Amino acid sequence: MQLPRPNAEVIARKAEIVARLRAVLPPTAVIDDPAETRAYECDGLSAYRCPPLAAILPGSTAEVAAALKICREEGVPVVPRGSGTSLSGGALPTSDSVILGLGRMNRVIETDLANRFIRVEAGRTNLSVTGAVEGEGFFYAPDPSSQLACAIGGNIAMNSGGAHCLKYGVTTNNLLGVTLVTMAGEVVEIGGPWSDAGGLDLLGVICGSEGQLGVVTEATLRILPKPEGARPVLIGFNSNEVAGACVADIIRAGVLPVAIEFMDRPCIRACEDFAKAGYPDCEALLIIEVEGSPAEIDDQLARIGEIARRHDPVELRESRSEAESARIWLGRKSAFGAMGRINDYMCLDGTIPVSALPHVLKRIGEMSRGYGLDVANVFHAGDGNMHPLILFNANKPGDLEKCEALGADILRLCVDVGGCLSGEHGVGIEKRDLMVAQFTEEDMEAQMRVKDVFDPDWLLNPAKVFPLKASAARRGA
Amino acid sequence: MTTTSELDLAERIASATEPMRILGGGTRPVGGAVPGEVLDVSGLHGVTLYEPEALTLVVRAGTPLAEVETLLAGEGQRLAFEPADWRGLLGTAGKPTIGGMVAANVSGPRRVQAGACRDALIGVRFVDGTGTVVKNGGRVMKNVTGYDLVKLMAGSWGTLGVMTEVAFKLLPRPETVATLLCEGLSPEQAVTAMSDALGSPYEVTGAAHHRGSGRTLIRIEGFAPSVAYRAERLCARLARFGDWSPIGEGGGEWQSVRDVVAFHAVPGDVWCLAVKPSEAPGVAARAEAEDALFDWGGGRIWLRVGEGTDLRTRLGPFAGHATLIRATAETRARIAPFPPEVPPVAALSQALRARFDPRQILNPGLMD
Ligand SMILES: Cc1cc2nc3c(=O)[nH]c(=O)nc-3n(C[C@H](O)[C@H](O)[C@H](O)COP(=O)(O)OP(=O)(O)OC[C@H]3O[C@@H](n4cnc5c(N)ncnc54)[C@H](O)[C@@H]3O)c2cc1C
Repeated sequence: MQLPRPNAEVIARKAEIVARLRAVLPPTAVIDDPAETRAYECDGLSAYRCPPLAAILPGSTAEVAAALKICREEGVPVVPRGSGTSLSGGALPTSDSVILGLGRMNRVIETDLANRFIRVEAGRTNLSVTGAVEGEGFFYAPDPSSQLACAIGGNIAMNSGGAHCLKYGVTTNNLLGVTLVTMAGEVVEIGGPWSDAGGLDLLGVICGSEGQLGVVTEATLRILPKPEGARPVLIGFNSNEVAGACVADIIRAGVLPVAIEFMDRPCIRACEDFAKAGYPDCEALLIIEVEGSPAEIDDQLARIGEIARRHDPVELRESRSEAESARIWLGRKSAFGAMGRINDYMCLDGTIPVSALPHVLKRIGEMSRGYGLDVANVFHAGDGNMHPLILFNANKPGDLEKCEALGADILRLCVDVGGCLSGEHGVGIEKRDLMVAQFTEEDMEAQMRVKDVFDPDWLLNPAKVFPLKASAARRGA
Repeated sequence: MTTTSELDLAERIASATEPMRILGGGTRPVGGAVPGEVLDVSGLHGVTLYEPEALTLVVRAGTPLAEVETLLAGEGQRLAFEPADWRGLLGTAGKPTIGGMVAANVSGPRRVQAGACRDALIGVRFVDGTGTVVKNGGRVMKNVTGYDLVKLMAGSWGTLGVMTEVAFKLLPRPETVATLLCEGLSPEQAVTAMSDALGSPYEVTGAAHHRGSGRTLIRIEGFAPSVAYRAERLCARLARFGDWSPIGEGGGEWQSVRDVVAFHAVPGDVWCLAVKPSEAPGVAARAEAEDALFDWGGGRIWLRVGEGTDLRTRLGPFAGHATLIRATAETRARIAPFPPEVPPVAALSQALRARFDPRQILNPGLMD
């Protein structure tokens, strides 16, 4: 992975820069000992590592602003960081950068049930946002699988989604406002506890900008009343095509499940070996979850069952109890763990039009054989977000490179069939150089203009999202 | 000046020397007066792709909204955000187009549950002020590849670029709709009741109160047995506020809320406010409005006030914003139709416009 040449001048001035940061931050909030900064050398994409110059852990918006101002004056790149669970290297430091960790900013600022919003600091974890309101019967809808760890600031930067986004949307659809600190140290309030912007929808472009436009320190989030209940059905099929056709028919019938998860044979097998969830031995498995009162759930599951039976499922198991629901989800939820046990793996995240599913799975199978690397697929089938897991052996020379090449081919395939490179993990460092597969120079230029406006010196989260060549002139490289 | 292709549009914009007023159906003349020649984009017409099983529609920006709605209805689907028709409200003729709807980010009562136009929008193609064609987003529901210019384009009123093609996530049309009506509530009571309903697990898809008629409406949609169950639960839950009677689909009722029919052909300026629902009754009272329509459970207020009223001055600061939707040209020249932004936000918006339209030729001044 190519990173821009570090700014030697910045590295040489490390002591002064750290001293200036110490002057505006509490003593424990500035970390510059290489033994300690190593903790920030990578995120969830641990294949790439680089310790930062220093790390800072501000405790308030004012401290964030003061620190950014200094970094701007000193020409120091800044990498915002939530919980470091990014799977695209979004929080990977450069050696001349300061990591700005939001972990200390995790308070709930305001909860307003009548108006259905909560305001939190950006370092608060996703799950603990729901935790703050679930006693009152509310929840925060976007639920990335990493929700126990990942922070709201990271979710906003990556516009994260989850298994339930078919019904509830992703982060951008549940975000009402942010406090954003620009690289110049200016504090900007955007949006608030009301719906829609009065002028340009700046919030819309900040969400998903991968920490490159500003540091989010607080967020106002939409909270929703919890449904009365939820239950899944598990349906096994003898081919991917038939499973895909079944999904299409369910959607056509006007049923809108909260989640439709798809697993292919390699994935089913690995999960079964690992979690013993009692999955059938078949080519493709759907887990479809619906919500409502017990009677409403029965009614929807009956409709889904009727459609599925027309496709000759090898198994159809409707959950009747909490315990059964947990068992059905058990395998799916342990998919990544299961893969991690048998192999090193790389998790891709392209999205395809759901109609292209059978074709794409077939092509992935062919590519997988071509490269001699196994690929298992888990998939949010309702919205087309694929997670092919490429299995490789990190200790075998050349395997990682082969895996990366196969990954790139699969993502290009996603784009070719009308989809995109990333459905929820973001471009980060990982897919930066593939951006040209999806966008023309003009398309990227339009995006980079937004960056020019918010961060004219291009100091925030450097080397991510845009191919280095495309951004060279702007970075003064 | 009319155009029928993206390429032609790009050339015209690239070679333009004067400002242009971009026109779809011409049914939403909101904002400041725009100098310059009309650029009519209603010729960019037709559906590019419709995949009902993927809930996806890609359509050229000049296509009439009605045409799209008919097409979707044929497949039992729809644009879930319930786009309003402002012809009656603004006294305009012509056909609302898809591009105009997106440029204005127009949503109706179902916004409380299904999100706004900008939430359903998943892809755009546009020509910026330099005549460059740009695409962003795509035709899939989940996409975080690069910055989200799709959201930025929604509600930008043609000031960043001229949209040529847009893509939407669709939703199925429900089998059954039920509306609950309660008469005689005050705005305070109505907003409290609506908040209670929206805070319930019964998936309310519309919650509106019209001060003039004292009518409060709550809507639920879905499969018949589920709708019947939720209607009954809601009636019981909300009984402490008054009697709620089911009035069937209430189709006309919701169209009246969506299109603000109460203010059609009645004199007075019309403002649209975004507020915290619980503050809506107080804000409306301070406005000394002649009539008020509370939608989105109170989160949006339509106010009819005397001609030329400087409502923002009258209201003073509040959490939210106010847009002047209907007024004479003289009033709109005197009172900024779009809510003034705080300096740092205004600076960012201005800088974005300067980048996307450096010569200031696309609807200049419309949003100022
Ligand atoms: C096991 C596992 C499962 C996952 N499942 C999902 C899933 O289901 N759905 C999904 O969408 N993602 C998933 N992810 C990816 C990841 O969890 C998300 O991208 C998450 O939103 C990252 O949050 P974070 O706090 O860890 O951010 P980090 O990794 O710390 O940072 C991510 C990006 O956000 C920026 N950033 C962080 N905080 C701020 C801030 N306050 N202001 C500005 N920029 C900021 C960073 O610079 C970086 O670019 C998964 C990851 C793992 C490891």
